[in-house]
Amino acid sequence: MSAAPLKGVVEGAAALRAGRTSALAEAERALERLERTRGALNAVLAVDRAGALERARALDARRARGEALGELAGVPFALKANMCLSGVEANCASRVLAGYAPPYTATFVQRLLDAGANPIAIANMDEFAMGSSGENSAYGTTKNPWDVARTPGGSSSGSAALVAAGVVPFALGSDTGGSVRQPAALTNLAGYKPTYGRISRYGLIAFASSLDQVSPFARSVADVELVTRVMSGHDERDTTSLPEPAFAAEPEPAALAGLRIGVPREYFPATLDAAVRARCEAALAELERGGARLVPVSLPHSEHAIATYYVVATAEASSNLARYDGVRYGPRRDGDGSLQSMYAATRAQGFGDEVKRRILLGTYVLSSGYYDAWYRRALKVRTLLLRDFERAFERCDIVAGPTSPTAAFKLGEKTDDPVAMYLSDVLTVPASLAGLPALSLPCGFLDAGSNRLPVGLQLIGPARADARVLALGRRYQQLSSFHTELSPLAREVAA
Amino acid sequence: MSATQSTTASAATAPDPARWKGWIPVIGLEVHCQLRTRTKLFCGCEYRFGAEPNTRTCAVCTAQPGALPVLNREALAYAIRAGLALGADIAPWSKFDRKNYFYCDLPKGYQISQFDRPFCTGGGITLESGHRIRLTRIHLEEDAGKAIHDRGAHTLVDLNRAGVPLIESVTEADVRSPEEAHEYLERLKEILLHAGVSDCDMEKGSLRVDVNVSIHRPGEGWRKRVELKNLNSFRNVAAAIEHEIARQIAIYESNDPSQQVVQETRLYDAQAGVTRSMRGKEEAHDYRYFPEPDLLPVQIDAAFLAEQREKLGESPTALRERYQRELGLSAYDAGVLTASPAVSRWFEECAKLCGSPKDAANWIQNEILRGLSNEQRPAAAIAELRVTPAGLAQLIGLVQKGTLNVPGGRQVLRAMLETGKDAAVLVRELGLEQVSDTGALEQWCREALVGKDKVIADVKAGKEKAIGALVGPVMKASKGAANPQVVTEILLRLVRELP
Repeated sequence: MSAAPLKGVVEGAAALRAGRTSALAEAERALERLERTRGALNAVLAVDRAGALERARALDARRARGEALGELAGVPFALKANMCLSGVEANCASRVLAGYAPPYTATFVQRLLDAGANPIAIANMDEFAMGSSGENSAYGTTKNPWDVARTPGGSSSGSAALVAAGVVPFALGSDTGGSVRQPAALTNLAGYKPTYGRISRYGLIAFASSLDQVSPFARSVADVELVTRVMSGHDERDTTSLPEPAFAAEPEPAALAGLRIGVPREYFPATLDAAVRARCEAALAELERGGARLVPVSLPHSEHAIATYYVVATAEASSNLARYDGVRYGPRRDGDGSLQSMYAATRAQGFGDEVKRRILLGTYVLSSGYYDAWYRRALKVRTLLLRDFERAFERCDIVAGPTSPTAAFKLGEKTDDPVAMYLSDVLTVPASLAGLPALSLPCGFLDAGSNRLPVGLQLIGPARADARVLALGRRYQQLSSFHTELSPLAREVAA
Repeated sequence: MSATQSTTASAATAPDPARWKGWIPVIGLEVHCQLRTRTKLFCGCEYRFGAEPNTRTCAVCTAQPGALPVLNREALAYAIRAGLALGADIAPWSKFDRKNYFYCDLPKGYQISQFDRPFCTGGGITLESGHRIRLTRIHLEEDAGKAIHDRGAHTLVDLNRAGVPLIESVTEADVRSPEEAHEYLERLKEILLHAGVSDCDMEKGSLRVDVNVSIHRPGEGWRKRVELKNLNSFRNVAAAIEHEIARQIAIYESNDPSQQVVQETRLYDAQAGVTRSMRGKEEAHDYRYFPEPDLLPVQIDAAFLAEQREKLGESPTALRERYQRELGLSAYDAGVLTASPAVSRWFEECAKLCGSPKDAANWIQNEILRGLSNEQRPAAAIAELRVTPAGLAQLIGLVQKGTLNVPGGRQVLRAMLETGKDAAVLVRELGLEQVSDTGALEQWCREALVGKDKVIADVKAGKEKAIGALVGPVMKASKGAANPQVVTEILLRLVRELP
């Protein structure tokens, strides 16, 4: 069986509609690439081979009958393990949900299915999306296709690794505090977190409800944009989804003249890795040469973003994860026979350390006597962070800076220091708290021994300005070619 | 009818201080009412009491991971209507909060409720005595499922009820006696029934009452309060309060330091007539309320509010006044006939068709309501009757025309209730057409007069009423079929004709 090199999303769907390939061939090739990389990456928790082949055959039959095909016809993709596809195990990489197959399909997954996209696998992740390295999975760590001794980032570790290894043209992750943008930066992908509410959360297993957004990975910005557009638009099953229908793409600004790019000084701190700083500054210079004007701006409350995030997100998580009690689904541990002890045993054995740490933290900040000092105060700081952005956007059209303070770090490097791990998200968390659209895209490489490691640039737009952010991203990818470079593993698979 | 009994009972004002040896009770009520919406509060499941366990559930109300709540606008409308009916202020915006606790009947591990921004604040109910029970608030929340512990070794969980909309109304501690609690509950039920927002059926659990009781001496501050639960009828609410007051007095007056009133929840055991401790304050819950991030805050605009005001029917108080003013009913009759909207609708239709509200009121009270199988649920029971308002109106018409006498009418109505047949048909079948054939009647009357010289003398002396003593025997001779008025006339004529 040929593993044939990966096509992009836009390109692949066009090839299928033109009859140059079939959905079945694309699905089989993706499954083959998946098997070839499985051992090296540990990026997959479940493969829906039968479902994928069946959907592919049905699609080919429709094409043979001359029926109109959707925008993503025949494009294989992977879901993160916190996403619901009816009957396919979605265990959130947790023991507490081992064997859990949802009885329904998420709205965003359904929209992709309706457009002809073909889910083939469920990707590994940090348990319940809590982590920045993929090391918190109950089912083993995912490796970075650029260097298997390093992290692909997290929490959407498996989704990023599958796209970066050339297994699938796109994959879905969920971004709560950077869980798509940071792995995108660490694996040379475009990762896009839309405006909060742009994509329905119905069927996304919640970590922190006021922050979670479904976010796609692909190699090009055009690809993540197409996938985002297909999934976007109001959903009556999620009242926090934006009321408007799917957004329309904007043409990329051919000349960047007049575009003001805000560069927040807080996003270039002294602790920033020097090579990361250099690559991002070079990218900004490139945009400046293209006609954009760089405007220094300030987001003064950024230093409080991580603390605020870990109060808000853990508070919501402590409540969202209360349902994993062994009563209705997941493995149950009986304890001494009492209800209380069943809860205690089920949760003690079901959750990993990081999840427990966050449940405890979240429970604490909501507790009587501590609520005002922690949770209420965090909500106030969240408002201040939002105001920071609003003020900055009075002076610029888009904010740009690095996505991650470092390139991919070594597996095991930060597992003993949760706070160091939390700081990986220092540059992504502010846009999450403010609910803003934010794109990470490749902007170069740094040398780490014998390997090159990717660096990501982050573009943040005002609320609802998804089309603007993506159009600028596309423009940058016309000016640069970093995103076309394949990871060593992807080259190996394609060979 | 119970509503009127309680009205009479609570005509008394503030309780006599001697009643509880000088102790003053302080009582507050928390009432949960299921709203009679078609679907649950946050999903599309249709709830039905008594359905097969776990058949009225979906991804949302069984808390499948990833499922999200969507507010049912009908439930919101009903909550607002309840608030308007109780004179509450409706908040221009409101929000939902999560109340976090673990129990096997609570699928999400939290209940979506309202903490600091309920839909309604204020309002209240003025009792017959003029004493007002103020409401603190009314909020909207979802019900939990049911844990069933008495079917073998395992606890069984039924999530049919999980997510059913409830309004919780909380009073200020304005209730001063068990009787006031009883009257308040009757009035609350009546108001919510007329507003059309709830069945208020305690037997089906669609109305649940929790009570807070403390007692204190005049002039001193409030003491520890005890919460009473497991109260399955208004009578039990009153009885439990009475018992709890006595229990607290006994403890305070025992001067035994080993006996204390502690802040706790106690369950009422109706059979034993006692309350038992459920959990102490040491296990008091910290519910960790915080704003529900899955639902947007709710704006109540003027148009929505106006629509709910319009849809709110006549209040029971307004109905009672109208029945007295326009239909000439007594306060008592008006009270009985407005206890439930089903009864008042039934009455109004019958009164219109028979043309005599008074007659309709009498027949309904004496014959229909008295015979209902379930006095607790006149609304349900009257709808299930085999007699319609039109059917009763026809019967009343037959009595008005003299075709039937009143006892005959009662007999026909009983047969109507049993068979569902028309009054006219039953009158023929039962042979109850009144005998007005003067030939037969005259013969019976002559026989009745034999040997009744005293009566004859009295009538001749002008005491016509004395003739009443002879009507009975004639009626008996006719087996009840005679028209008593005609009999009276014949008897009087015969006496006058006597020498």
